Amino acid sequence: MHLEEFAEGKSFFHLLDPRIKFIAAIPYLFLIAISPGWQSPLMALVFSLWWVIWARLDSRRLLNRLAFVNIFVLMIFLFLPLSQPGEQIRIFGLFSVSREGVLQALAIALKTNAIVLTTIVILGTTEVFSLAHALVHLKFPPKLVQLFFFFYRYISVLHEEYTRLRNAMKIRCFQAGSNLHSYRSLAFLVGMLIVRSHDRSERIYQAMLCRGFKNEFHLVRHFHLHRQDLYFSLIMLASMILIGLIGFGDLLI
Amino acid sequence: MHISEGILSAPVLATGVLLATVGVAAGLKKMTYENIPRVAVLSSAFFVASLIQIPLGPASVHLVMNGLLGVLMGWMAFPAILVALALQALLFQFGGLTTLGVNLVVMAGPALLAYLLCRPLLKMKGRQYIALAGFGAGMIGSMGAVALLVLALTRSSDSFTSFAWAISAANAPVIIMEGVITMFCLVFLQRVKPELLET
Repeated sequence: MHLEEFAEGKSFFHLLDPRIKFIAAIPYLFLIAISPGWQSPLMALVFSLWWVIWARLDSRRLLNRLAFVNIFVLMIFLFLPLSQPGEQIRIFGLFSVSREGVLQALAIALKTNAIVLTTIVILGTTEVFSLAHALVHLKFPPKLVQLFFFFYRYISVLHEEYTRLRNAMKIRCFQAGSNLHSYRSLAFLVGMLIVRSHDRSERIYQAMLCRGFKNEFHLVRHFHLHRQDLYFSLIMLASMILIGLIGFGDLLI
Repeated sequence: MHISEGILSAPVLATGVLLATVGVAAGLKKMTYENIPRVAVLSSAFFVASLIQIPLGPASVHLVMNGLLGVLMGWMAFPAILVALALQALLFQFGGLTTLGVNLVVMAGPALLAYLLCRPLLKMKGRQYIALAGFGAGMIGSMGAVALLVLALTRSSDSFTSFAWAISAANAPVIIMEGVITMFCLVFLQRVKPELLET
């Protein structure tokens, strides 16, 4: 499984301190999510496109990711303009949609894409383990981060296990169909996966104890702030202020 | 189903974060460092299991199995599901980071409910109780998840109502499937590794 495909790179974004990334990105993402109207999400989208180009991310992989996310957005477009009451617009003389519905769906589309692109360019350009490491420095519960480390580490192991079990079924001529036998077999497959993962986890823990594990994980490498982290913080601050003003400006005036 | 970014309103997002924090805190308290490998590997197993396609007529569905996860882990289902959701949001942008709290409550809340309601059934002797617990857990897990999803959408905006109902209807066969698969799975676990079901 080729995960973390955007983390390979050497752009400005790839070299930033992950702690700063979290501190800057999380409030920014929430700000976009709660901004009213479509103007500030549009601005956020423009910013994210600028950053994506700056980070030199692979456009084909990016478009793949966006296509996947926009399936949901498409569904919203199918429902909202038809269900939302408001000023009606006729489409091709066949049916009518409401202006408010279209604007709302548009705002959602802009928000979703802006947030997804921003997430990829800021958080997707650092390795997952570094991100988790940063969270510990930011005073996240260490048990939770430890859980995440193990979880991520063992996905590929368990996926192999699953493939092995699936092949064993194939060798015995199993073909999945809409019948009770199939459902029972697939349920047993899940059960077997759970049993094997349980046994494996016991062995893992015992192996750790054999190597002197004392219920503590020590962080050896630490992060350092550099000049680009300052520039990044300023850029994010400016973006937040701009988007905040455009979105909520009419409330302040 | 996970809710994507940019759809929910601020109060719903905030409530999600709040409830999720409470749940995860409770789960972490129950989780010792000794438990971490078991919970993590089980969580990985569920993650991989959710990739399995279950055929249903002309199409196939992917199961979540949050009911079963709840029965096996109790309150620890919250941190277990959180790491899975966080990974999906960070790596695949499936679900979302702003909606992490809401999605966690949608998945782990019913998992916990399945634990509270179905775990006692496991103490009773007799295969029918195990099957009932399994079917119940599967149904509670999936019905609860759909119900909370609909709640999150409709509380965000009234215009989501028809969309929410459409999602519920589309998920109806999945709900039954979850019940059936969880039932068979739990019976299997009881036969093969009963210590997994011990309190």
